[in-house]
Amino acid sequence: MDSTVATSTEENVWGGGNRPLGASYGKLMMWFFLVSDALTFSGFLASYGFSRFKFIETWPIADEVFTHVPFFHGNFPMYYVAFMTFILIMSSVTMVLAVDAGHKMMKNKAIIYMFLTIIGGAIFVGSQAWEWATFIKGDYGAIETKGGRILQFVKADTGERAALSDFSKTLPSERVDHENKNGVWFYQGESLPSYTVNEVVEGLKSNPNILIRTETINSEGEKTLLTREESLTKIKNAELVVEGANLVRNEYGSRLFADFFFFITGFHGFHVFSGVIINIIIFFNIILGTYERRGHYEMVEKVGLYWHFVDLVWVFVFTFFYLV
Amino acid sequence: MAHAHKLEIFRGLIKFKSNTQKIWGVLIFLSIVTAIEVALGISKPHILVVNTFLGMKLLNWIFIILTLVKAYYIAWDFMHLRDEKSSLRRAIVWTPIFLVAYLIFILLFEADYIYNVFKDGYVTWNF
Repeated sequence: MDSTVATSTEENVWGGGNRPLGASYGKLMMWFFLVSDALTFSGFLASYGFSRFKFIETWPIADEVFTHVPFFHGNFPMYYVAFMTFILIMSSVTMVLAVDAGHKMMKNKAIIYMFLTIIGGAIFVGSQAWEWATFIKGDYGAIETKGGRILQFVKADTGERAALSDFSKTLPSERVDHENKNGVWFYQGESLPSYTVNEVVEGLKSNPNILIRTETINSEGEKTLLTREESLTKIKNAELVVEGANLVRNEYGSRLFADFFFFITGFHGFHVFSGVIINIIIFFNIILGTYERRGHYEMVEKVGLYWHFVDLVWVFVFTFFYLV
Repeated sequence: MAHAHKLEIFRGLIKFKSNTQKIWGVLIFLSIVTAIEVALGISKPHILVVNTFLGMKLLNWIFIILTLVKAYYIAWDFMHLRDEKSSLRRAIVWTPIFLVAYLIFILLFEADYIYNVFKDGYVTWNF
């Protein structure tokens, strides 16, 4: 019944009982898939490196972008991502333990470990969804110039980032969201940012405590802070108010940064999600005793390979997106 | 050879009594490496940021090397590559390494060239 088990006593090459490289058919195919998937991810990460090296002096600094932890206010660079990494490594460990339990034909242990693996994966996917939501929402807001560059704002006395709402003036204007009921022929308009460009510009002019921070990274490895005079000159180029991030523009800096973030972490998140689904299927198969009847738990091992691969990819994504 | 596990890491420096014990040992090691990475990422020691090697900060070199160390132990111990035949191991490991090294080399060189065109060329883009 099972083609992956060599039942033939003749171990000759053409007899069908041959196991090339000492691995079963299914395991070998899983490895082929993983190698090709590794090349796909490498392509993504290498193209991220390409764009980053191209704009090496203006690329956003990850520490300043990912500073949030759920349920806590304040500035915590990287702690949450580190937590996510740990969760994924931990669920990798429970997966190996499930594989190990499977080898020893210990059904109940395998069930418990598979369950823990699924929980770990679910926490990770949830965390990533939260990261995305925070990233899309943004926190300080910024101005885009005519050249498509991002200008951020800093309080001169404390050196902290200033949100648009901290200094923008409220000017009377007739800006309204275009709604369905007002148009005979309705096109969805872009939703309006909280402030107009004019309100931000006037706010900057009347508030001497606000300085502009450009995208350019100085020799100290920090973003360049303009003086008050330079800020007032620079703001003349203001074109748009940017809050949060989408695929076209983002308040953190280079547009490509958000594009790659969505694409690479999204693709990885999709892998984790499908991994969780596959783990759930295997989990129920173990409960139903499918592998007990089959006589071996190799299926758990094959799915385990996929799960570890997802962890492996995250190790690289973590380094190149958040650390380097 | 699924049932025969090699139970030593660091070239035999640490030997484990069972496969389960080895898994926990590797977890501790990976956690320590991650903790070091995060600590360095937050503190960003000045010496490592200022000094560069082959055009990249020493800090970034450390991150990349630690990442490869982590990848090695995930592949070797969690994915059981240590227990597979060496021919299978080499086919899996060297194929991507060769292709990816080439891809990275060619893309990063090209990107650096474009960076210089933007910098020295007569095109204004940062305004």
